Amino acid sequence: MESKSISAPVIFDRSREEIEEEANGDVFDIEIGVSDPEKVGDGMNAYMAYRVTTKTSLSMFSKSEFSVKRRFSDFLGLHSKLASKYLHVGYIVPPAPEKSIVGMTKVKVGKEDSSSTEFVEKRRAALERYLQRTVKHPTLLQDPDLRQFLESSELPRAVNTQALSGAGILRMVNKAADAVNKMTIKMNESDAWFEEKQQQFENLDQQLRKLHASVEALVCHRKELSANTAAFAKSAAMLGNSEDHTALSRALSQLAEVEEKIDQLHQEQAFADFYMFSELLSDYIRLIAAVKGVFDHRMKCWQKWEDAQITLLKKRETEAKMMVANKPDKIQQAKNEIREWEAKVQQGERDFEQISKTIRKEVGRFEAKRVKDFKTVIIKYLESLVQTQQQLIKYWEAFLPEAKAIA
Amino acid sequence: MEGRQEAGKENKPSSISVDPQGDSSLQVEISDAVSERDKVKFTVQTKSCLPHFAQTEFSVVRQHEEFIWLHDAYVENEEYAGLIIPPAPPRPDFEASREKLQKLGEGDSSITREEFAKMKQELEAEYLAIFKKTVAMHEVFLQRLAAHPTLRRDHNFFVFLEYGQDLSVRGKNRKELLGGFLRNIVKSADEALITSMSGLKEVDDFFEHERTFLLEYHTRIRDACLRADRVMQSHKCLADDYIPISAALSSLGTQEVNQLKTSFFKLAELFERLRKLEGRVASDEDLKLSDMLRYYMRDSQAAKDLLYRRLRALADYENANKALDKARTRNREVRTAESNQQLCCRRFERLSDSAKQGKPHGSATPATGQPTLPGSPLLPPPPQSSWISSPAVCPPSVRTSSSWQSWSSNTLRPAPSFSGTPLSRSRGSLRAATACSGDF
Repeated sequence: MESKSISAPVIFDRSREEIEEEANGDVFDIEIGVSDPEKVGDGMNAYMAYRVTTKTSLSMFSKSEFSVKRRFSDFLGLHSKLASKYLHVGYIVPPAPEKSIVGMTKVKVGKEDSSSTEFVEKRRAALERYLQRTVKHPTLLQDPDLRQFLESSELPRAVNTQALSGAGILRMVNKAADAVNKMTIKMNESDAWFEEKQQQFENLDQQLRKLHASVEALVCHRKELSANTAAFAKSAAMLGNSEDHTALSRALSQLAEVEEKIDQLHQEQAFADFYMFSELLSDYIRLIAAVKGVFDHRMKCWQKWEDAQITLLKKRETEAKMMVANKPDKIQQAKNEIREWEAKVQQGERDFEQISKTIRKEVGRFEAKRVKDFKTVIIKYLESLVQTQQQLIKYWEAFLPEAKAIA
Repeated sequence: MEGRQEAGKENKPSSISVDPQGDSSLQVEISDAVSERDKVKFTVQTKSCLPHFAQTEFSVVRQHEEFIWLHDAYVENEEYAGLIIPPAPPRPDFEASREKLQKLGEGDSSITREEFAKMKQELEAEYLAIFKKTVAMHEVFLQRLAAHPTLRRDHNFFVFLEYGQDLSVRGKNRKELLGGFLRNIVKSADEALITSMSGLKEVDDFFEHERTFLLEYHTRIRDACLRADRVMQSHKCLADDYIPISAALSSLGTQEVNQLKTSFFKLAELFERLRKLEGRVASDEDLKLSDMLRYYMRDSQAAKDLLYRRLRALADYENANKALDKARTRNREVRTAESNQQLCCRRFERLSDSAKQGKPHGSATPATGQPTLPGSPLLPPPPQSSWISSPAVCPPSVRTSSSWQSWSSNTLRPAPSFSGTPLSRSRGSLRAATACSGDF
């Protein structure tokens, strides 16, 4: 599972870049950990600060091990900077974890119950996965903003990430405009590879969403099972108490104990279900959204190129008209404009080819990563299932002699 | 204690069995059951060499309402007031299952055909399980009646078993249901009143002890039963959850082109197998744990009913005494008061006796006081009846998981306070202890 050999013949014609990328095997010696969530401040201005620890042997970092304190909006700020720099040229920038106003408010208000600790843990794990994915990207790793995020002790507060800020509203408007534009662009796809890949990702997205919904239901029901088992354990204990027959009474209280332990097991399994399986799926659903975004950028790039070509044509027509009308100063202006637009067309073509090339590489890398990720998580998840069942067996086998001893 | 355990040990149930002590002169079983629309028709088959019956083997078709009629007939019969009447079987209830089937039928179009088929299969299995359970419970009811030396001789019972035609017992209409409901309320209110009445002292420690034990036990077992049900439900939900997961995984597998293809397919297979296992565990839990708890819950309710009847008799007796005193002071209607009082006293004594006989719990403490009231005749020796330990409730399902099997076959031994034949050596002391309430 570790070695990435070129896989068996595939249906799609894979580009040279894709194969190259897969065979390279990204080897990065850098590990990121997010830990120690700490509540800083009070009331509605409170926030959680996380410790980001980096362990690396890469030479571009001044130290081999260091840590800083960051808050959630810092992560969002990092993502928005990276996205603005790299998304439109075709790099798949991993998306940051989502905001949650409800969850955060509960934590701010200071409720120390299990749901807010769960929320913080969920967020911590998500932030860790986000950073891990980001640093594993060879291009993003070189980015100075990322290094600043990991290294410098003080970071300027990223205000533009707030949902209700001016920038936030601008973002929302832009997103809506993009959606409308997408529907109106009709691209002449010269490369079948892109069409196939887009279709593939579309299907994958749908399937993952369905699976994710089912897994969420599974997690919910397992938690219910755990709660019900705990309640039953209590009544079994009470029943054992009121029983007069000593052996039966003892057996019942033993049963209550076993059920309690089983309840713990169910809880742990529910966590495993969630953190391994369910979160993996939701991460990939968001990643695929980013991939789709990259494809959309390519379309926009093509549109720009196309527009430049049309404008160039128009300018040439204007020039021709001026030639006929014989207005020397206008002719000069037209010629200038033509030169300008010729350059733009060339630039557009170059941009388009560049973005296509980058996307091919990125998709190759993404797919390889995806296969690896899924395999690792599936194996871990199966191991957790096996462990739970083995524990269950042990508990029940320990109970058996008690039950036999009743008579 | 040991004797009781020995008596219990004789029954090593692996399926429904009638206690061998109840002789084989009357064997009842439900040989067949058919579910039609709303009703379930049970075929009750009897094998008997008793002289009352015209043939040695015969069967009739009965419906649930007729079982209820039989049970009510026993309850209302004054002669059996001192016995614990086996609880009536619950109504066959396929509502929940039917609703789910309906919902599945209407269901959303996003589920694949395989998913739909699997879910339908699950629901059908559930329906079948409920059906089997209800048949088993009806059968156990009849078998307990047949095994009980007194109850089996009831005329209504014979009619139930033998009368070839429809007993034309209609289901209770709304008024009767309401009446029954109100009667229950009145009964529990009455019970509460009697127990809290300051003047009424429980004269027998034995019954006092029984009473407190039973009350506590009944509430706790009812709790345990409810919660076990909920555990079973969650387990079932969990098993059903695996169906869409498995389907989604296999569709992911079909569209993958890389190494993940086989992984997804294998995972889908795994979840499918997991589902069947979890479903089996859930139904095992249901049949063994929940059902057993439910059985004893209803039994303890029946025992409570007996205690209530006795208490009611005691209250009546006290009232009769008071009336007698009043009549004596006024020197009027002494005769009627006297005979009334004698009636109450006799009833009370009879109930106490047979109740006590039925449950030799702990050491029988000799009651205080002796029959001292003038005119009250000495009681005849208490009847031989006692409630024999009942057969275990194990619906005839295949049980292969060994730990569950041994657990259930061992803990289905009923709690001693309801079980066992009275110890022969204590019978003498019991006779001495059959006192009607002493000091007034």
